Amino acid sequence: MIEERFDAIVVGAGMAGNAAALTMAKKGMKVLQLERGEYAGSKNVQGAILYADMLEKLIPEFREDAPLERHLVEQRFWIMDDRSHVGLHYRSEDFNEERANRYTIIRAQFDRWFSSKVREAGATVLCETTVTDLAQDAYGRVIGVRTDRQHGEIHADVVVLAEGVNGLLGTRARLRERPKPNKVALAVKEMHFLPRETIEARFNLSGDEGVVIEAAGTISGGMTGMGFIYANKECISLGIGCLVADFQRTGKTPYELLDRFKRHPSVAPLIEGSEVKEYSAHLIPEGGYKAIPQLYGDGWVVAGDAAQLNNAIHREGSNLAMTSGRIAAEAIFQMKSRRLAMTAENLALYKRMLDRSFVLKDMKKYKDMPRLMHTNSQNFFLTYPQLISKAMQTYLRVDGTPKSEKQKSTLKSFVNARSWIGLFGDAFRFARAWR
Amino acid sequence: MKVERSVRVEDKLFCNRYLVDAGRPHIKVRAHTRPSPQLLALLKACPARCYDLNDKGQVEVTVDGCMECGTCRVIGEPTGDIEWSYPRGGYGVLFKFG
Repeated sequence: MIEERFDAIVVGAGMAGNAAALTMAKKGMKVLQLERGEYAGSKNVQGAILYADMLEKLIPEFREDAPLERHLVEQRFWIMDDRSHVGLHYRSEDFNEERANRYTIIRAQFDRWFSSKVREAGATVLCETTVTDLAQDAYGRVIGVRTDRQHGEIHADVVVLAEGVNGLLGTRARLRERPKPNKVALAVKEMHFLPRETIEARFNLSGDEGVVIEAAGTISGGMTGMGFIYANKECISLGIGCLVADFQRTGKTPYELLDRFKRHPSVAPLIEGSEVKEYSAHLIPEGGYKAIPQLYGDGWVVAGDAAQLNNAIHREGSNLAMTSGRIAAEAIFQMKSRRLAMTAENLALYKRMLDRSFVLKDMKKYKDMPRLMHTNSQNFFLTYPQLISKAMQTYLRVDGTPKSEKQKSTLKSFVNARSWIGLFGDAFRFARAWR
Repeated sequence: MKVERSVRVEDKLFCNRYLVDAGRPHIKVRAHTRPSPQLLALLKACPARCYDLNDKGQVEVTVDGCMECGTCRVIGEPTGDIEWSYPRGGYGVLFKFG
């Protein structure tokens, strides 16, 4: 039993937990961080893209020694049908800058480094320790945690729940609901290893330049989902994710979907001859703004994926995690320095600070997007990609058909598939959810 | 939809690292005679194919290849079909890359 009392206990050593623990430790608070993996990062899964701006706010000089893969100079969006893709690519020399904006990373390595910074800042980090329950007093206030290592409870003024998308503690203590199948996606991913030169040649890269591809369309078989291909230094992260409710409804298997994506004629040449060294799976919060649970209470706050903070439209999650962890820590420190109790009333400051940040502003902006995408998945992920592909092929194939006839036939194919009302309705709903 | 023979999940899991907590599975299936639709959905939805039917037509779980994603918890815990905990500290899947 740990007799010591801590200012704060942080559960989890992912992006949110590390940001929170680092911020509080740097301010001189007595912090205990608990992680169930053998080291920080060994249970964490992400694509993964690192957003430099949010990390700079925590570790300004991170580029000196963080294990970064490639800085991104190019982004590709692909709309796919079974045999084609229509792409929107953006590549700019401006992204070849000294302080690059986005990097690919490998989470197990990055998080281990991040955790070393947390230790250096003075936090006590205990790995291989699963927190089994929150300790609550007779009034339901959170006063600490129980783990599978020490008998009894470890006490702290406040507990930061950074336990990830599938966090059990908050649900067990009835602080928030378990994620519903239509609010989380299951993503599966493989790490494909290839020689560095091969990756650079196939993706048109030199040096540490990087590219990411985000893909949607018939690859998800009519389910709400996305595929991704991220170039690292010596490997390619390749994966696909769809709503759990869609997997449940369709009976499609995640690994079959992944293998279909890998066999796609636009994808197969990129990974040909690679050696797969890991297969992973993870949930992604997809419920958006409306799925965000209560973020604070007496003696606790929740941050990152555990709080469902993920911007599904922009594929941003780790930066929201890092920022919410940091802001939670700053709010806690304010209470601490003003000698105020960690009550729900006082910790409401965390929510107010988060409301003013990009985290909740962005999530609020897209509050209607999840419902639109989730209830119209056949149209957005099957019908439109097929129509767009056909339109492009009609446009490009030179066969003596007059152009006016081609345009008419393309328009007709859209109207036949969705009707005028359907087309305008989709456009209107999409625009309204986007604005 | 039939599971394609070409996809061998065992081969995929083979390249992963695990420290199995023998005799202490972190997921348990509630005893049943006929499986619920939720339990049957896990046969397909689990990315590690941990769920299988035994010869009595009941759903069983073998957690050795589990990647701890939580998909089965999201589907099967609300109905009480399964009990879900994380493995003891240090045990379970050990991602090299994540």
